[in-house]
Amino acid sequence: MRRASGFARAPRHLEVWQRNGAMRFYHNLTISQKQIVWAWAFLALPVLFYVVIRFYPTANAFVLSFQEWNLLGARSFAGFDNYVRLYNDPVFWKVFRNTFMYLILGTPISLVLSFVIAYHLDKVRFMHGTIRALYFLPFMTSAVAMAWVWRWFYQPVPIGVFNNFLASFGFSQIQFLSSTTNALPSVLAPAIWAGLGFQVIIFMAGLRAIPQSYYEAARIDGVSSWTVLWEITIPLLKPTIVFLVVFSSIGFLRIFDQVYNMTTNNPGGPLNSTKPLVLLIYDTAFNGFNMGYAAAQTVVLFTILLIVSLIQLRILRDR
Amino acid sequence: MAAQDVAIKASSDTLFSGSSRASRRNMGQFIRWALLFSGGVLMVMPIVFMLSTSLKFPFEVYNLNLIPEEPTIENYTYVLEDGRFYHWFWNSLIVATLTTISAVFFDALVGYALCKFRFPGRYLIFIAILSTLMIPTEMLVIPWYLMSKSFGWLDTYWGIMFPGIMTAFGTFLMKQFFETVPDDFLEAARIDGLNEFQIWWQVAMPLVRPALAALAIFVFLGNWTAFIWPLIVTNSADMYTLPVGLSSFGDEVDVAWELIMTGAAISTLPTLVVFLVFQRFIIRGVVMAGLKG
Repeated sequence: MRRASGFARAPRHLEVWQRNGAMRFYHNLTISQKQIVWAWAFLALPVLFYVVIRFYPTANAFVLSFQEWNLLGARSFAGFDNYVRLYNDPVFWKVFRNTFMYLILGTPISLVLSFVIAYHLDKVRFMHGTIRALYFLPFMTSAVAMAWVWRWFYQPVPIGVFNNFLASFGFSQIQFLSSTTNALPSVLAPAIWAGLGFQVIIFMAGLRAIPQSYYEAARIDGVSSWTVLWEITIPLLKPTIVFLVVFSSIGFLRIFDQVYNMTTNNPGGPLNSTKPLVLLIYDTAFNGFNMGYAAAQTVVLFTILLIVSLIQLRILRDR
Repeated sequence: MAAQDVAIKASSDTLFSGSSRASRRNMGQFIRWALLFSGGVLMVMPIVFMLSTSLKFPFEVYNLNLIPEEPTIENYTYVLEDGRFYHWFWNSLIVATLTTISAVFFDALVGYALCKFRFPGRYLIFIAILSTLMIPTEMLVIPWYLMSKSFGWLDTYWGIMFPGIMTAFGTFLMKQFFETVPDDFLEAARIDGLNEFQIWWQVAMPLVRPALAALAIFVFLGNWTAFIWPLIVTNSADMYTLPVGLSSFGDEVDVAWELIMTGAAISTLPTLVVFLVFQRFIIRGVVMAGLKG
C-alpha cells in the first residue's frame, strides 16, 4: 500500500530535485562526499558551541588576566601586573596553601578509606547490596544541602550534634568552624564523606576485574593474604588508583560549595583559614569586581589542574 | 539466599570440622560484616539526622533522639507556604531537565559523528573537544558572566543552562559506546533507504540506551546540585535554583536549624528517592561512566 503510493509520488519528487539546486548537488555526490556533508550537518551546531562557549571564553580569560578592569570603566592593558600582584599578595599564598591542604588531606584519606571499605565489602555476601547502597547514598546528595547539615553538626553546645555527643560522654568541647586550625578539616570532612561512595564503587569494579586465577595460584602457593594484597591486588589496581587519585585531586583542588556554605557569615573564614582558590576567584570577581586580577587567579588554577592531569598521563603511560 | 549460605556454612564449619581455624575465620568474617555495616549506618547518619530534625518542633531540635517524640510536618508547611521553595524547586527541575535532554542529545550526536563518519578534520575536532575537559568551569565563569551580561542572559533560564547544553565528557563516553555498534547494522539501514540522521536516531541510538541513561543520570545530578554558576548568573530570588536558594535561606533564618534541615531535605530528597528506586541501575551506570569516561 505504502509502496504503491510511494511510486505514485515519485515523479513529483524528481521534479523537485530538478528544480532544487541543493538537492541535485547532494545527489551527484559520491558516498564518501555525502558522508562529509552529513558529518558537518551533525557537527555544525556543536562546533559552534565549543568555539563560542568553551574556546573563546578560555582565550578571553587569558587575555583578561593581562588587563585591568573593574567592569564599569575601560579595559586597559596591564602586562604582568596582575601576576606580580598575586605573587606579592599574602592572602593569595594563604589561599594557595589552603587549596593544597584540601588536596593533601582529602585525597589520601578518601582513597585509603574507600579502598579499605571496598576491599572488605568485596568479600562480604550477606546484605552486600544494602551495605553498598548505604555507602553510596551520600554521593547522591546535594553538596550545598549537606554542607548546611554538617554546619549544624559542628555548632557548639547545646546546638551541635558532635559537641552534644562529646558533652554527654563528659568530654570537653571542640571548636570546629570557629577555630583557625580545625575549620579546614571540618569543612573538608563532608566533601570526603560525599565522595567516598563513588570511590568505593569504582574500587570494587576494579577488584572484580582482577582474574580469580591469580588468587587461586597464590592460594596454592600458600601466600599470606597480606602478601596477596600488596603483591597482586594493589599492583593490578594501578589504573583504578591513578584514575581515582586524579579524579579526587581535581575535585579537592576545586572545592567551593562546602566552604562557601559552611562559612557564609564570613566566607573562607575564620581569618581566611578555609578559603580555597575558587572562593578567592569568586570574591575577587563578584564582590571586588576586579576582573583582570580574578582572571589571573583562574589561570593559576588552570595551570595547577593541568599539571595534575599531565602527571596522570605520564604515570599511565609508564604502566 | 546469601544469608542462608552464610548460616549453613557457619554451622557446618563449627559443627563438623570442629577446627578452631575455621571458626576463627567465621568470627573474622562476622566482625568484618559488622564493622562494614556499622560504617554504612554511620555514613547515612547525616541524612537521617537531617530528615528527623526536619520533622521536629523547635524545642526538640537539640535532643539527639532520631525519632521525634512529636513528629510534625509544620516545618514543611511553613517552608513551602513561603512560596520561594516552590519556585526554586521548579527552577531546578526545569533547568536540570532541559540541560539533561540537550546534553544527552548533542553528546550522542557528536559522539556518533566522530565515531562513524569518515571526514577530514575528524581527529582535530575530537582532540579539540577532548581538550576542553582540561579547562575548569571556574576559569570560564568570568567570561561567561561577561558574555551573559552583554547578551542579556543574566537572570534567565537560558543563562543558567547554556554552559551545560553539551559536555565533552558525555561526547567521549558516547563515542566509546558507539564503537560497540557494528557498522553492518548501519550499512543495512543505509541500503533500506534511511538517511544518516534516521540511521543514528532509529538504529544506533536504541543500541546504546544503557549508556544514554547513565549519561542522563550524571548530567541531571550535576545540574541539580550545581552551585557556583547559578549563584553567579542569577540575581533575583525568583530565578534561584534550589542550592542557591537554600544557601540564601540558610543565612536568612540563621539559627532556625529545623527550617534549614527542612530546606536541605527538600533540595536533596528527590535525588535520594531516585537512587533508592533505581539503585542497581544507577550504580551500574556510575561504574560504566566512571571507567569508560
